[in-house]
Parts: sequence; C-alpha cells; structure tokens
Amino acid sequence: MNSIAAEQLKTLKVSIYRYDPDIGKKPYMQSMDIDIPKDKDIMVLDALQLAKEIDPTISFRRSCREGVCGSDGMNINGKNGLGCITPLSEAVRGNKLELRPLPGLPVVKDLIVDMTQFVDQYKKIQPYLITDKKTDGKEIPQTVEDRDKLDGLYECIMCGCCSTACPSFWWNPDKFLGPAALLQAYRFISDSRDVATEERLDQLEDAFSVFRCHGIMNCVSVCPKGLNPNKAINEIKKMLIKRAI
Amino acid sequence: MAMNGKGYLDASSLPVKEFDGIIVGGGGSGLMAGLQLAQSGMNTAVVSKVFPTRSHTVSAQGGITCAIASADPNDDWRWHMYDTVKGSDFIGDQDSIEYMCQEGPATVFELENMGLPFSRTEEGKIYQRAFGGQSKDYGKGGQAERTCAAADRTGHALLHTLYQANIKAGTNFLSEWFAVDLVLNDSNQVTGVIAFEIESGEAYFLKAKATVLATGGAGRIYKSTTNALINTGDGTGMALRAGLAVQDMEMWQFHPTGIHGAGTLVTEGCRGEGGYLINKDGERFMERYAPNAKDLASRDVVARSMMLEIIEGRGCGPDKDHCYLKLDHLGADLLHKRLPGITELSKTFAHIDPADHPIPVVPTCHYAMGGIPTNVHGQVITQQSDGSDKIVDGLYAAGEAACVSVHGGNRLGGNSLLDLVVFGRSAGLHIEDSFKQGIGISEPTRENINESLKNINRVNSSKEGENSSVIKKDLQEVMQLSFGVFRSAKNMEEGIQEINDIRERSEGLYLADKSSKFNTARVEALELLNLLEVAEATAICASERKESRGAHSRDDYPERDDENWLKHSIYFKETKEVSKRDVNFRPKIVQAFQPFARTY
Repeated sequence: MNSIAAEQLKTLKVSIYRYDPDIGKKPYMQSMDIDIPKDKDIMVLDALQLAKEIDPTISFRRSCREGVCGSDGMNINGKNGLGCITPLSEAVRGNKLELRPLPGLPVVKDLIVDMTQFVDQYKKIQPYLITDKKTDGKEIPQTVEDRDKLDGLYECIMCGCCSTACPSFWWNPDKFLGPAALLQAYRFISDSRDVATEERLDQLEDAFSVFRCHGIMNCVSVCPKGLNPNKAINEIKKMLIKRAI
Repeated sequence: MAMNGKGYLDASSLPVKEFDGIIVGGGGSGLMAGLQLAQSGMNTAVVSKVFPTRSHTVSAQGGITCAIASADPNDDWRWHMYDTVKGSDFIGDQDSIEYMCQEGPATVFELENMGLPFSRTEEGKIYQRAFGGQSKDYGKGGQAERTCAAADRTGHALLHTLYQANIKAGTNFLSEWFAVDLVLNDSNQVTGVIAFEIESGEAYFLKAKATVLATGGAGRIYKSTTNALINTGDGTGMALRAGLAVQDMEMWQFHPTGIHGAGTLVTEGCRGEGGYLINKDGERFMERYAPNAKDLASRDVVARSMMLEIIEGRGCGPDKDHCYLKLDHLGADLLHKRLPGITELSKTFAHIDPADHPIPVVPTCHYAMGGIPTNVHGQVITQQSDGSDKIVDGLYAAGEAACVSVHGGNRLGGNSLLDLVVFGRSAGLHIEDSFKQGIGISEPTRENINESLKNINRVNSSKEGENSSVIKKDLQEVMQLSFGVFRSAKNMEEGIQEINDIRERSEGLYLADKSSKFNTARVEALELLNLLEVAEATAICASERKESRGAHSRDDYPERDDENWLKHSIYFKETKEVSKRDVNFRPKIVQAFQPFARTY
C-alpha cells in the first residue's frame, strides 16, 4: 500500500489502548490519524499495521492474517473480533476506530493480553481423544453422520474472543471454564471415537465449570468463526441433568 | 538478562537453561518432534515465537497426501513415490521420498488415532480427494485420489490435534520465545541457541545436546504470498549466519490460486473437487497446456500457464491481471461440505460467494522447496570444501525449513503436511536413539557464546538508521519483481544488485524502541535480518542455476539441463557462491526412477 497516490487516500481517526509495564504510566488511549485507501475496504489489522508504521512501539499479536490462527483477537469499537478479518466498513463508526485489548484478562502490553488463564481452562477439559478402540494400525472407523457431529465444534481457533466477552468468565475466570473450553469439551464428548464421556461429565459436574453459563450469548455474537458455544454448553447441561435424575 | 537498551548481552552474565533437546518452532514438524521427545521422557522444550496453534501449519487447507488406500483399495505408496519424483522434476532425493511415501500411511493413521477429525467416506474411512500431479500405476492409470482431508481445514485440524497430543504428553513449551542465533562450539558442533522471552525481554542461552530447527517457511521475502506474517525464515537465517549450507534456495513454489489482491490461499482441493480455471473468454485454458491432467497438472505447470494467459492478454478483470477459479457448477451443497473454509475466505477477501461467482486468483508465492539440507533422520548436512557431505553434530532440521529434499524443484500438493509429520518424527526418533547411546557435545566457550550474541547486540545498540519495516518493503518488492514465476538474467542481475544495496542499508538498521516488554519492533528487526539472508540466497542460487527446472523458469535457459544441473545447488553466506551436490538416486526398496521429459 506504500504506492498509493495521496488523492486516493482518506484519513481515519484511530484510538489505541497503550500500556507498557516498564513505564510507570497508567494505561491511556493514544489517538492518531492514519491514511487509508479511499476505495478499498482494508481490514482492521491493516489499519493497525499502518499505525505501527507511524509509531513502531505499538504492540499486538498477528500471524496468519486470514482468520485461522487466532492471534489477533481484540476489542474493536466495543466488540471482540479478529483484526485480520474485520473490514473497516464493518467496524468503523463515525470515522473512528477504537482498539482495546480483549477484556477480562491481564494486559501484558498494549493490545496483548496474558492468555494463561484461558489456556489453563482449555487444558482442564482434557482436550485430546481418549479411546480404547482397536485400530489394527488403521483408522478408527467413523460414519459420515458421526463425523458431521464435530462440525461447528472442531473449527475453534482459540482466539479467546468468546470467553473474554463473557461476563461469567470475567467474574470467575478460574472456576467457570468459559465458552471456548466448553466448546472443546463438547467436541470430545461428541466424538464417536472417544470413550470417556462419563469421565468428562464427572469433571464438569459442579456449580461453576458449566453452570455459571447463564445463556448471555455474547460468545455466539462475537465468534469470528460463526460457532455456537452456547449450544454446546446447553447440550452439556442437558447431559449432566439427565444423568442426575 | 533483560534487553532494555542499556548495555550489551554478554556470555559472562547470560543465564543458561539446559535441556536434552530443544525444538525451535511449534508448527507441525516441531510439534511432531516435540511429541516424540516428550514421550521418550527426555527433558525437552519446544521454543516458539508464537503460541503453537498460531503457527503457519494451521493455514494448510486441502490435505495430507498419502497412499492409505482408502479411496482406492489398490493404491500403492510406490505410485505416490513416482508422482513425487516426477513432480520434483527429478532433483528430489529418492531415498527421502521413498522413506516419506512408505512411512506415510502409519503416520496418517496415528494422527487419526490421536483424534484428527478427518472427513469420512461412506464406509467410515478417511476421505481422500484428488490433487495435482497424482496418478495411479506410475502415471499410466489416470488421476488418483490420494489426499486425506478434514474438509478444507486439514492443517488446522492437524496442528490442533498435535498440540493436544503434546498437552497430553506433558511437553514443555517456551511459548512466545524468539530464537536469535545458534551457538556453535570450537568443533563446530551445535550446543543450543540464544533466545529471549518476548514477554519479559529476558535473554538466555538455551543449551541442548540436540537442537531442531523447525521454523517453517520464509514466504515473506515476497510482496505477495500466501504465507503468514511470521514466515520469515528464522531457522534458515540462523543456519546461514552459523556458516552452514542451504540447498536449492532458488526453488520457490508459486501456488496457482492465491486470491487476487489479498494473497490468501485457495486450496488446490477446489480443483480436486471439480473446479477449474478460466480466462477472460471463459475458456478452460489448462486443456491446452496439460491435455491429460488439465487443472490437476503440477503446480509449477499450472502457475506458468496462468501467467502466460495473463501476459498474452487473456487475463480477467479491468487490468487483465488474474484468472478465475470456477466452482459454482459444483453446487452449494458440495461447497458447504467439502470447501467451507474457501467459501468463508472468498466472501471475506474477494467479496464473492463461490457458489455464485468464480474466484479471482493469481499465482502467489507459497512454499520453499529449498532449505537446510538434511538426511532422512533430520540430521543437518553441510558441504565440505572438497564437495563431500558432513553431518553437523547436534543440529537437526525438519519441515519447510529443512531440505531433506522430498520436493526437489516442485512440491506436490498435500506433500508438505506429510513431510512435516514424517520427518518431524524421524528427527525425534533419531535424537531419542542418539541420546540413549550418549551424545558427545563439547561445551561452548565464552567467546563462542559472545559470537552468537553479536547480531542481537548490534540491533539492540543501534543508534540511528532506517526502520526495519521500510527496508522489508523494498526487499519484498525486489524479490517480487526479479525472482517470480518467470525469471530473466537481466532482471536477476539487477535484483542481486538491489539486494546488495539493501544489505548495506540493513547494516544501519535502527531499532528505535529499546523497551524490554513484548517489544514486537525488536522481533521484526531480527526477522528482517533472516528474510534478507533467505532472499539473498534465493537470488544468487536462481541466477546460478542456468536451466529451467520445476519452479525455476528462466527465459535465457528455457530447457531442463540434466547433463549439468541434475543437481542440488548449495549456497554459503560467507562466499556467496553456489556449488553442486548430487541428487540421491539410491532408494532402498524400489528401483530408482530415471529422468524423463515431464508432461501432464
């Protein structure tokens, strides 16, 4: 984009959350004007890269720039999303773009949050296949119908947009597993090859792990992959209730 | 030892973390090697500059090619080997290709057993689709369907499954750590790496008896690439600065179908499922260039055909600068079931729904066939002055960073994921065995360590000069213009000149931000130095290989020259010279495939 002529540019007002633990200063919002193409709808990540060209100290994570690696989850004009697949046309209101880190997690620097708590909750649900099926050195058979049950579950990219949009997760990030981890819990429960459903449900059976979900559905509205963690959580709740009565 | 712009890093005060083995890179090959070592009980660390599931393996779409005989019960790994040798334009090492194709099925089934959610056939087996360059019965039995797929998200499914398996195995991750340079001792054995934790800015010497470079590709040397922003050839840069050889660096794959303007990948699986390319007249032009395989010819062939259509004025769009990939005839149901990710990407980046409208595509830099030369055990090889091979003690490489040379001059679709897992594991296995037998690596001296700190100290102490992002843009521009699909001597000479200038400018690289915590400007400055090494190696090797083979196509030498160039090219940073290395024609089980004219 360095070759675009000036008359084809317009100015966008960007406001970015800044925090550096090494500088004693409190977090603040840094405002700057950036030049963006007039006739091309660039992504929020592109705009952020332009801002970084002006001020190289701005820190954020990014990798695939196509919405599959989950690095650049951030709060964009108040809504969690991935910078790389959110076009400015969708995000910008009144020619303003406000970028903040994902809410509810400790901020490391600028737009970078500490994901430890998020990953720890993921690890708790035993995110791997537990199976005793005989394979004879081949695949474990699975019908097309059974495989279809994993659609909408396995595609999670662990960006954290859902869990950090969830008030229940903000409140109890150590005890409530959060929508992302629960979506994965249900992914393994739903897998016809997995034999540990009862064991998995045992681990989820307490007042916090699952039941702190109150169906607020922020997770569904922000998921950049269009997944529905709320539905998965409801299925788990149903299984737990069914077992109990 | 924190990096904060005050003082130099020095061996005398640099903290050391000691491991049996370290793996640099948390993508497919790194995680496969990590899994192997963790399961063997060795004290291992996977060092990754991003959280492992952010690695570029996640972007692989179409699948993992392997003769598991699901789509065709008579499929044979030898047919896969034949296709791969032919696809490589005969400079793939046949011992490695044989190993990969034969070991492949067990590895793919193991991944499935770990939980990888492959798509399924009606019989409940792993679903396989057609990909380019695939045949049955050594090219005589027509198109094969050999690419095992999880919809069009196979890389994502594979990487997450491997990450999950590593969680289960208790692998130790140094996540968001950046490896800067290898530390060699006086006997030129590798003793570990200098690395820093990005979050704290604390630098360490990570000492190990075995170091695996699994750092992936370097597609960001080009302006337009399907590669992630993190693909900056860090391991290749480290190897070159350590005085080691790199191999076949001129061989860059241009994927036929990157989304025009955005560069994002559209899987070859689209054509495997029945999609095809058209020009501005709506003509299915691949029928002219490859009458048998048509749109499923090898990637180098399809990319060149597309470029010719564009050059000859039959490109699509107002600037006639791309082609169309037509999928609408496949129906929304199939697209939804088999190509859901593509549908999503097309809507996001091309603003079209492939069920209604063809996708604008153009050949885009995708994959490095070249890299750090290794044997089938992942052991890094360098070349001695008499031209003979020498194993570098303590150093391994796997995946796209490596050149075990299963891809030669052109990689077949779906072979990269297979390469990752097969050779990630073989490196792990060899380290495990060597460790049992006892690895003798001598201690590095203080001077050795300080030598490896030079690079980062230079960046940390820079006082004025240019920002890395400016230099990077210029580098990418040169590579795009001078070392693309078609190459000419004049262009390449000019390109090399410009890279020389850019190297001089990079000596004056300025890191304005000296802060310690999560300083991404520091990471990007160091990445640029790696990109520059890879780009220069590419440029010089491209100019030296005076023939056209695989992905390397030049107008002054349009023919393949087996007499002089049925060889690997070997390049060293110090001399900037290119020598030759023999291609392996000694597979263990089958008879070697001899070169023939390559048509599709």
